[in-house]
Amino acid sequence: MNVKVWAALFLLILPGGLTAQGFAGLGTKAEGFALPDPAHIFDFPADHGAHPDYRLEWWYLTANLQGIDGRAYGVQWTLFRSALAPEAGTGWSSPQIWLAHAALTTPEAHFVDERLSRGGVGVAGVTATPFRAWMDHWSMTSDATEGDALDSLALRADGPGFAYDLKLIADGPLIFHGDAGFSVKSREGQASHYYSQPFYRLSGLITFDDTRVAVTGTAWLDREWSSQPLAADQSGWDWFALRFDTGDKMMVFRLRDTEDGYRSGTWISADGTTATLSHNQIRMTPLDHVHIAARQIPVRWTVTVPSRDVHVTVAALNPHSWMDTSIPYWEGPVTLSGSHPGHGYLEMTGY
Amino acid sequence: MTFAVFSAFWSHWHRHPGQFATLLLGLALATALWSAVQAINGHARHSYAEAANLLTPRAQLHVTARSGGMIPLDDYVALRRAGWRLSPVLEGRTRLGDGFVTILGVDMFTYPFLPEGLTSSETAPAPLELLRPPGVGFAHPHTIARLGLDTDGLQLIPSTRIPVGIVFADIAIADRRLRADGNLSRLVLPPRQPMTRPALSKIAPNLTLVAPDGGPDTDVEPLTDSFHLNLTAFGLLSFAVGLFIVQGMIGLALEQRRILVRSLRVMGLTARHVTLALLTELMGLAVLAGLAGLLLGYVIATLLLPDVTTTLRGLYNTDIGGTLALRPGWVASGLAMAVMGTTLAGAHAVWRMHNLPIAGIAGTEGWAQTPRQTIRWQAVVGTALLGAGLVVLWAFDGLLAGFGFMAGFLIGAALLLPLCLDGTVRLGARLAVKPVPQWVWADMRGQLSGLSTALMALLLAVATNIGVGTMVSSFRLTFTNWLDQRLASELYVTARDDVQGAQVEIWLAERVQAVLPVQFARTELEGQPIRVYGIVDHETYRDHWPLLDHMPRVWRMLADGQAALINEQLARRLNVGPGDPVRFGRDLRLPVAGVYSDYGNPFGQAILSQALLLSHFPDTPRRQFGVRIPPDDVPMIVSALRARFDLPSDGVIDQAAIKTRSLRVFETTFVVTGALNLLTLGVAGFAILTALLTLWTMRLPALAPVWAMGLTRAHLARLELLRSVGLAALTVVLALPLGLVLAWALLAIVNVEAFGWQLPMFLFPADWLRLGLLSVLAGALAALWPTLKLTRIPPADLVKVFSNER
Repeated sequence: MNVKVWAALFLLILPGGLTAQGFAGLGTKAEGFALPDPAHIFDFPADHGAHPDYRLEWWYLTANLQGIDGRAYGVQWTLFRSALAPEAGTGWSSPQIWLAHAALTTPEAHFVDERLSRGGVGVAGVTATPFRAWMDHWSMTSDATEGDALDSLALRADGPGFAYDLKLIADGPLIFHGDAGFSVKSREGQASHYYSQPFYRLSGLITFDDTRVAVTGTAWLDREWSSQPLAADQSGWDWFALRFDTGDKMMVFRLRDTEDGYRSGTWISADGTTATLSHNQIRMTPLDHVHIAARQIPVRWTVTVPSRDVHVTVAALNPHSWMDTSIPYWEGPVTLSGSHPGHGYLEMTGY
Repeated sequence: MTFAVFSAFWSHWHRHPGQFATLLLGLALATALWSAVQAINGHARHSYAEAANLLTPRAQLHVTARSGGMIPLDDYVALRRAGWRLSPVLEGRTRLGDGFVTILGVDMFTYPFLPEGLTSSETAPAPLELLRPPGVGFAHPHTIARLGLDTDGLQLIPSTRIPVGIVFADIAIADRRLRADGNLSRLVLPPRQPMTRPALSKIAPNLTLVAPDGGPDTDVEPLTDSFHLNLTAFGLLSFAVGLFIVQGMIGLALEQRRILVRSLRVMGLTARHVTLALLTELMGLAVLAGLAGLLLGYVIATLLLPDVTTTLRGLYNTDIGGTLALRPGWVASGLAMAVMGTTLAGAHAVWRMHNLPIAGIAGTEGWAQTPRQTIRWQAVVGTALLGAGLVVLWAFDGLLAGFGFMAGFLIGAALLLPLCLDGTVRLGARLAVKPVPQWVWADMRGQLSGLSTALMALLLAVATNIGVGTMVSSFRLTFTNWLDQRLASELYVTARDDVQGAQVEIWLAERVQAVLPVQFARTELEGQPIRVYGIVDHETYRDHWPLLDHMPRVWRMLADGQAALINEQLARRLNVGPGDPVRFGRDLRLPVAGVYSDYGNPFGQAILSQALLLSHFPDTPRRQFGVRIPPDDVPMIVSALRARFDLPSDGVIDQAAIKTRSLRVFETTFVVTGALNLLTLGVAGFAILTALLTLWTMRLPALAPVWAMGLTRAHLARLELLRSVGLAALTVVLALPLGLVLAWALLAIVNVEAFGWQLPMFLFPADWLRLGLLSVLAGALAALWPTLKLTRIPPADLVKVFSNER
């Protein structure tokens, strides 16, 4: 058995039963763990840090880049926390398991690396003050001297065949999804605490194979934690973070189930004001599929939000942006055409 | 037609079921001993490979501490945070339940060599159970059985994927059980590494990257190899002894079918046809006996395996599993040996049958009266083999050369045996005056040729017994004396760490005559991985240390840091002696002041003064101490130490306990050897019995006239017994010098090659006497049945001889 399968097992066979429910066991019951609370009032910088009493949490950054060579690139930096028990713990027996994914996408290639460690010994973790999220030498470090800690970040990662070193500055506020950051994920009430910083501008260097390219671009950071974010019958999701050339932004997702699924989203105006998009306001339809790893993955979509006059075609920069990690999924940069040209990131799980 | 030929051949076995059984049994025995040894060897190799893959994946780079000690957790974290992709491993031996085990703790999330199927079964524990106390470990069912039920709460899940003797667990559990405080044994590098990473020396200068197969402590293969080569040699010897039976039996069976073959030929069958039919029959028998031998071999191996397991655990700290698996390769090799052996043993007889002159005279004399030429021919081949053995010894090195010499010498000597016996008997005949003794000698000579193969088998068995017995006894004597010298301290204390070590040292210093720190570092000497010890200048060493060879003022030079001592293994491997310079690591050059014997240790070792060791290896752990106290004070100090310090369970051992433990390992090491020895002797006894039985029918024509002349049957029987005993005794006497040559080869060649030390040879005449009596007894027992038959034979049968015989 290789590490991958083992790690996947760890994440899938969470306490409470052998049968995985939902994608990556995210639908498993949350015995002993804290549950998201609609009345939660965010407290920063503490909430930028880890919440070990919740089962799952992530610091999820995606960036659309433009190289000085004129080509488009994408970068992903993700730190997941998965707790086997609702406590921080120290030393080797800490039940906090950390998983990090880094990826660099070019139109022709997709570089991925994954790293794993348990908490308690210092190899991986997140500190709120000063803000720093790290796994090994991959890091997302705040160098903000004023304002929110996430306003200014240094981001680095590398893996076999690729590396990146980026500087990110936010020129807008934090965005809270759902009901002031309480984001409902199913009709049964599964939910998570969910906020974002979608206003990053960035510059830096990317390296792949033997090529070094100076880049500029935009980035989007998602912060989310929960103990049971999926309902048992939900098998995966399609998540869009779209940045229109108008300056407006939109996050929409669809949680797939045996029926019509559960859709939700947030409209983010250029000035940072937000409006929640409900199930019936959003339509998303797959157009083309590619065959990856014995799966049919939709890599071209139509996304329609009539109330905002949005009717865009979303196409992958590289249809083979497959994250061949212990829990495999698709994640990559996309370009938008139609009513609202622009670009963004697409994540698809559970196929 | 073919069927007719076969049924004609088969009718012979039908009329001689005893012969058939003996042939099958002889071949089965030969195959059995060989296969038993092979089964054990194959099983052990399989276990080593499994353990090696799990413990130190051969193809994998890993990081260890330069000092050979533990890796601090901070170094691991620093390396990972510098980009090194590493998976931590913590390994250690500890008491668990009723026994000691190696706990192998790995990070279950990142270890690249997790045995397959551990976590996929229905009994797989929940992840949290794996890393939270009391914890879960995986172990072979045999390990679990050995440890008993009470494992301090640690739940053990049986898995045959884990080598015996190892408990495989998450590092969190291993850390607690081994009280490692986060420290690690080594860091494994998975193949996927990032594009760039800083040099190891920049992040953790005390750590070093070890290439696959490095490090003296992980590499027991050459040693276990030599152990298994020893076993193989024994298996081969037993096989050879068994073949003597088979050869005799095939020869007899074919000779008795001479008339049949001639009749078939006269009827028009070609020689080719007959030969083919004979060969087919032989091969059929070989396969049949081979299968029976495999079955028997499996049983023998199962019986011997526990001892082999104990030996290997004691000698090399390697564990092999307790259950034999049937491997296809093993079955094939066993059958191949049986077929090859039969071909070898039957070749001569079949060849003679092939060239049988049709017009020749029918008779039974052919086999029983081997012509003088055969004896001469055997003697020539024997002498050539003896010579070849000497040439091998002179021209080649290595274990195989040693065994080559022994094989040549043994078989050569065996082939010379008929000539020696013939000469002796002729001498006896010349000295005999009275008619009865004259007849006895003459008759003995007539019998010689028929018995010679069986006696050769006896010669080999006795010589092997003397050789191996002398080797083991010499070894035991040397080893016991050496233990007395080497283990001069009355008490040996091992602390958990250097901090506790320092406390223990201070505490002891106030209460005992001397505290002698035992400190060592791992380094290289002339490129050989070794352990280098640092000792203080103390009379304990000066008075007791077992030096084999040394310069004058050896201890002064050592204490002044001007010279080093090295163990015999290393001296032999490097071919250096007192006065020769050697290079430690990169920058330390010292002359060798002395060479000391170091039995039981497979690896190279050196001794420096403590000051010199510490100046070159400042991080050397200091937690082991030899303690000099009046022997009567030992119990008191032990209990006081235990009361004062939380020492590991095996942290305080007195001299007597170590000696007992060492001797126990020694004894079990040779249990298998002893068992194989006895089996070989048994096979030889059986060979004599079969030879006498087959001679029996042919003896009647020789006995009947003597009986007719007035010797009673009882008298004849006594003479018969006396003859057998006499021949056995003669063989034993001839086996003695051969056995001593064998002992010399084992002590001076095989031991040096296999273990790296030479042992002085001691002689144990009482053992020889016992063995001689045993062999004569075997000869007498073998002759007993034919003799009894003789006393009870109806006189009519003897009279019949005169009417039947020609």
